[in-house]
Amino acid sequence: MYDAGKIITGIIIFLVLMTSPFWLNIASGKGSYKPEIKIATEEKQCVADTDYMKAAHMDLIYEWRDQVVRNEKRIYTSSNGKTYNMSLTKTCMNCHSNKSEFCDRCHSYVGVTPYCWDCHVEPKEVVQ
Amino acid sequence: MSFDRRKFIKIAGLTTIVTLTGKPVFDAIAADSPLNVSTEPNRLTAKRWAMAVNTKKCLEKEGCTDCITACHHIHNVPDFGNPKDEVKWIWHEKYENAFLDQENEYMEEKLKDKPVLVFCNHCDNPPCVRVCPTQATFRREDGIVMMDWHRCIGCRYCVAACPYGSRSFNWRDPRPFIKEIVPDFPTRTRGVVEKCTFCDERLAIGLQPACVEACKEKALVFGDLEDPKSEIRELLKANFSIRRKPALGTQPEVYYIV
Repeated sequence: MYDAGKIITGIIIFLVLMTSPFWLNIASGKGSYKPEIKIATEEKQCVADTDYMKAAHMDLIYEWRDQVVRNEKRIYTSSNGKTYNMSLTKTCMNCHSNKSEFCDRCHSYVGVTPYCWDCHVEPKEVVQ
Repeated sequence: MSFDRRKFIKIAGLTTIVTLTGKPVFDAIAADSPLNVSTEPNRLTAKRWAMAVNTKKCLEKEGCTDCITACHHIHNVPDFGNPKDEVKWIWHEKYENAFLDQENEYMEEKLKDKPVLVFCNHCDNPPCVRVCPTQATFRREDGIVMMDWHRCIGCRYCVAACPYGSRSFNWRDPRPFIKEIVPDFPTRTRGVVEKCTFCDERLAIGLQPACVEACKEKALVFGDLEDPKSEIRELLKANFSIRRKPALGTQPEVYYIV
């Protein structure tokens, strides 16, 4: 290989620069940063277990959407027998009325931009 | 790599087994909703929803737009203020334009140039449903031609297919043009088609469509066409009625008593 020294040095410099944000974050102690969400409701129990909701709330919401719009089914019975109106704005966001501190925190952490609120109207938040 | 007859027969056999068992297994997994869901207990149901517009009563109060205002308010319908971008679910059309094939040279004075209330006809044979490539618009079993705005990709085939102009396209972001946003009902986004859905969200909780409720003259009658004792059937039995462009074969479900 011609100019092996230059090429390998170049590659190493490139890799260091590319991964520098990770190293900088670890060095400054932000490596283990996790988003903190605020729960704004007195309600003790969500429509499903917290672990399930954390991992799969989008699947549940999509299923709710299809059931309501396409199958005319609007009532959801949870595993503990409680019934809910399958509605993002009337049920989910009735408890989680603080979109910026609940939905947005995790969504921006993982870099997703769900388009739910392009149409569905989020509750007005009280400016603190 | 050697590929002898033994190996070939093994792979062929395995492929056959997977193909034959795969579909039933897949169907069993993908079958019904995993959730425990049910319909609203006090929803209104029918075999075939339809509307009758009593134009005589409708014309009683001149310039009345109660039904239009009510509908457009609760459904967050934007008002862009120009006919090019206009989005409408229910509106007035001149009699001659609403009933193109009924136009006579010498028309009855009380109908000529008079406004007729028009909206989605919820056809039995809806051309919009046939052309929709994503099944975003579909016909429910009770006759309502529904829209699933989540699925609409904005191709506007349905706008072209509908012979009644019942479908509006959001050329621009509608949100800034909604006077007062009702939080219980979603708005639409740019690039989505919208139209009247016979207030499916109100029927689900046992209410009549908003336009029917808003009309003080009781000019709008909503009901089940398959129920011979329903108010709409009684009305159609006692009065002469016409429908818009029946010759097209779309079987519109909005009847006009003239």
